[in-house]
Amino acid sequence: MQNGEVLLRVEDLSVNYHSEDAAIHAVSHVNFDIHKKQVVAVVGESGCGKSTLALSLIGLLPAPPAEVTSGKVVFEDKDVFSLPAREVQRIRGTDIGMIFQEPLSSLNPVLKVSDQIGEAIAIKRSRQTKRRELKAYSYKPGRLPLESPYRKLVSTGRMGHLRRRMPQEIEEQMIRALKLVRIPDPERILDRYPFELSGGMRQRVMIAMALSEDPKLLIADEPTTALDVTTQAQVLRLMMELVNELNTSLLIITHDLGVAAQIAERVLVMYAGVIVEDAAVNDLFANPRHPYTKGLLTCLPKASKKVGKLGSIPGSVIDLRQDVKWCQFADRCPYVMKRCREESPKLEGDENRVACFLYS
Amino acid sequence: MQQTTQPSERRKRRIVWFIRTYILGNKEAAIGFFLVLAFYLISIAVTATKGRLLPYDPIQQGVGSPFAPPNAHTWFGTDQLGRDLFSRILAATPNDALISTFVILVAGIFGGFLGALSGYKGGLIDEALMRVTDIFFAFPSLVLAMVIAVVLGPGLTNMMYALAIVWWPTYARLSRGEALKVSQYNYVESARISGTPTRTILLKHVLPNVIGSLLVYATLDIGTVVLTYSGLSYLGLAIQPPQPDWGSMVAIYQEYLIYAPWMPLFPGLVITLVVVSFSLFGDGLRAAQRRHGG
Amino acid sequence: MLRASSTHNELVLETKDIRVYFPVGRSLLKRNRQYIHAVDGVSVSVREAETLAVVGESGSGKTTLCRAFVGLLHPTSGSIYYKGKPLESFLTGDRIRLEGKVQMVFQDPESSLNPYMKVGDILSEPISRRGFSRKEVVDQCSKILELVGLPREFAERRPSELSGGQKQRVSIARAMISNPELVLLDEPTSALDVAVQSQILNLLVELQGVYGMGYVLVTHNIAVAQYLADIIAVMYAGKFQEVGPAEEVMARPFHPYTKTLIDATPSPDPKIRNLLRIIIRGESPSAINPPTGCRFHPRCPFAQDRCKTEEPILREVMPNRFVSCHFAEEIDTALLTESK
Repeated sequence: MQNGEVLLRVEDLSVNYHSEDAAIHAVSHVNFDIHKKQVVAVVGESGCGKSTLALSLIGLLPAPPAEVTSGKVVFEDKDVFSLPAREVQRIRGTDIGMIFQEPLSSLNPVLKVSDQIGEAIAIKRSRQTKRRELKAYSYKPGRLPLESPYRKLVSTGRMGHLRRRMPQEIEEQMIRALKLVRIPDPERILDRYPFELSGGMRQRVMIAMALSEDPKLLIADEPTTALDVTTQAQVLRLMMELVNELNTSLLIITHDLGVAAQIAERVLVMYAGVIVEDAAVNDLFANPRHPYTKGLLTCLPKASKKVGKLGSIPGSVIDLRQDVKWCQFADRCPYVMKRCREESPKLEGDENRVACFLYS
Repeated sequence: MQQTTQPSERRKRRIVWFIRTYILGNKEAAIGFFLVLAFYLISIAVTATKGRLLPYDPIQQGVGSPFAPPNAHTWFGTDQLGRDLFSRILAATPNDALISTFVILVAGIFGGFLGALSGYKGGLIDEALMRVTDIFFAFPSLVLAMVIAVVLGPGLTNMMYALAIVWWPTYARLSRGEALKVSQYNYVESARISGTPTRTILLKHVLPNVIGSLLVYATLDIGTVVLTYSGLSYLGLAIQPPQPDWGSMVAIYQEYLIYAPWMPLFPGLVITLVVVSFSLFGDGLRAAQRRHGG
Repeated sequence: MLRASSTHNELVLETKDIRVYFPVGRSLLKRNRQYIHAVDGVSVSVREAETLAVVGESGSGKTTLCRAFVGLLHPTSGSIYYKGKPLESFLTGDRIRLEGKVQMVFQDPESSLNPYMKVGDILSEPISRRGFSRKEVVDQCSKILELVGLPREFAERRPSELSGGQKQRVSIARAMISNPELVLLDEPTSALDVAVQSQILNLLVELQGVYGMGYVLVTHNIAVAQYLADIIAVMYAGKFQEVGPAEEVMARPFHPYTKTLIDATPSPDPKIRNLLRIIIRGESPSAINPPTGCRFHPRCPFAQDRCKTEEPILREVMPNRFVSCHFAEEIDTALLTESK
């Protein structure tokens, strides 16, 4: 059972992307909660909207093409969409940390590690320090670049001289953050550039940046997809340990059912912008209810080809440009009924929810 | 959700999409395109009608009083010998159109193919090409062109050869860079595994991918050829007076700048306009390519 | 010769001690030249209708090995035999003249197909110049499209009109159209979603069942390897560490690295959670200066002094089971998972 208070509540969230000809319904009417100290996984295949969902929670959607058409996100009783941009920025840096898939493009290649973590800390501190110290970091409040959402987290400033004038406490905090992510020899790592580090180390640096201010929620978007299997295991293990140590909640987005099974307490299955099943991890894998979830699990490679063919889900995902008023999965569902093509099923249930007419 | 459409209809749609995206895709591309189009149309018109469409004979002296400012008869005024400036400027248009297009075509095709071959094969051929282009790059292009022009003698055709020789190494390098990238692509490897001969691989796989960048660069570059040619013509190395040529007109008229400013001004402005239009078009194409991923 | 297989099918590919070294930098002095030891001594064979899976992480050299098998790369030393004849006899200068008998399917569907060509032209490339008439070529294309589960009309389409899974099917069709005897699959499903991956894997099994070609599957995904393979070879730092029949290697791995790989792969069974218990140390080895002795020794919990100085050879510790470890018989790799 999910106990504890609700940290983040998403109500009826819908996000569209506007392209030249049509609007793509990336996320449709999504509802879920994240509790304190909970690990939630959102699983789905490419294009199902999981990354869009993650970005929309902390206001990192590229605003012109993307548009939130309905719903709200409530973080600790605050409606994120109605907050001023500065406040969202503050939450983003302090209360919610985010880790992305490709550390190479999330870290500025021309800045040393110390400059980047230090900057992250400095930005958060900027509201508490005097103007004089602000100037020392050449930080100009409010001037964040508008390119990729990843860059929004780290402003490009003239930080080359940061390290030399860095106050002692910032450096200590950085070393603490690096030790937290089990990086050996943190003082040496501070002096390195991202390309000098391995993929696993870079990801640890990203985690260190995200955790440096003790956030209440950590959002990880495919954090290990670009990593080797053994490195992935190390990073996942690190994340699990940190979540326990720091009482942080974790929302992990992944396409890998194995990762979800190993790390999550709760799993949300997304398909074509909709959450089709929301269940405790043991229940989901032992007893999948939604036909899509069932299908996904049968697709996983078995122990040997001699055992038999792998399951498959026929057809392909519907065009998200249609505003579909019936079940998105209907055309591919082996259990499809007449009703499925007429109405949209809603997520129903207490502990475990499923959006399917088979169960209503 | 692929609907079956007729191939001819799909082709039409692709052409329309191409025009919309690249040519009319943004303001710069559109303005540049129409100016460039005007440039070529005027050149063709003047050459085809052998000058009959021009208001006056460009080398005829005394069609108006000398040093006449722009007026109803002679729209751009007259020069020191009473020749109509407007007709002269129009008459000189085909020179620039011809030479710039020729140079870019020759440099692009020759350099492009050589560079693609070099990039794909690598090894000794590649090293050889790199060193040869290095030699060319060691000289300032303008000086090299001047030297070749002086050696060959003045005139439009000699100038075309001179500029083509100076221009091709850049395209070879550009093409080589793209070819290096494309040669890594899986489908090129697959073609090799299937035993496709090198010639076919170059033609069907490498070059189509290389041409895109070359084309965009070339459209920007044509303007540079026009500018360079005008510079050389200014130095008297190209078409000799009394035949009109923009660069040489600027050279001859510049001493009258204070007395009759329209004389050097109009040829100069026209050169600028042509270069700018190619630049706009090229920039617009680049922007469209970037936005739509080439 | 390494024979981990229990069948007696004909040998399609046989390799002896392949090494592929890439020079680093451009030092003129041969002495100071550094080399990347991408593949550092691999001997293996593949039979008809059999699948050899080479499993390794990035930097293990598996992709380089794959390319050497087909002639895209020339090994620095060692020999490769295709059906008894040396591979060099099929290469003239830069051209590969295997007549389509060896083909390859690549990882990335996006860069596997020339975007400027129609699917039909892409498919006909391996069989052009072989004296078939135009009609015969078109027929073959239609047949192969059907075989991979795509409608015939797709021959008129261009790659940009296809989905990732469809592109990969076209890649497979292109590889199969020339009736290959050996197909190299370089991470064929890594870029695909799970649902598409299962279809492609089913297709590959089906094609092998009908046509009997050998497969060499190169992958980092041990679950996929386990499903498709008859023989698994685990590669690390340019060398095979363990080779054997798939089920046996997975059930009872001899080499500590194999066990690490198996444990590190997140299993879609929440009741088996061992992430917090497995022991994984260190990072991938440097390819320029691999560790002395056994390449895995810096990361191996069982490492002894001998492992630091003496490089183990791949030897048969049980029938058909080859391991590159001094203490293969003594170690119980199950200990790598701390029991709590």
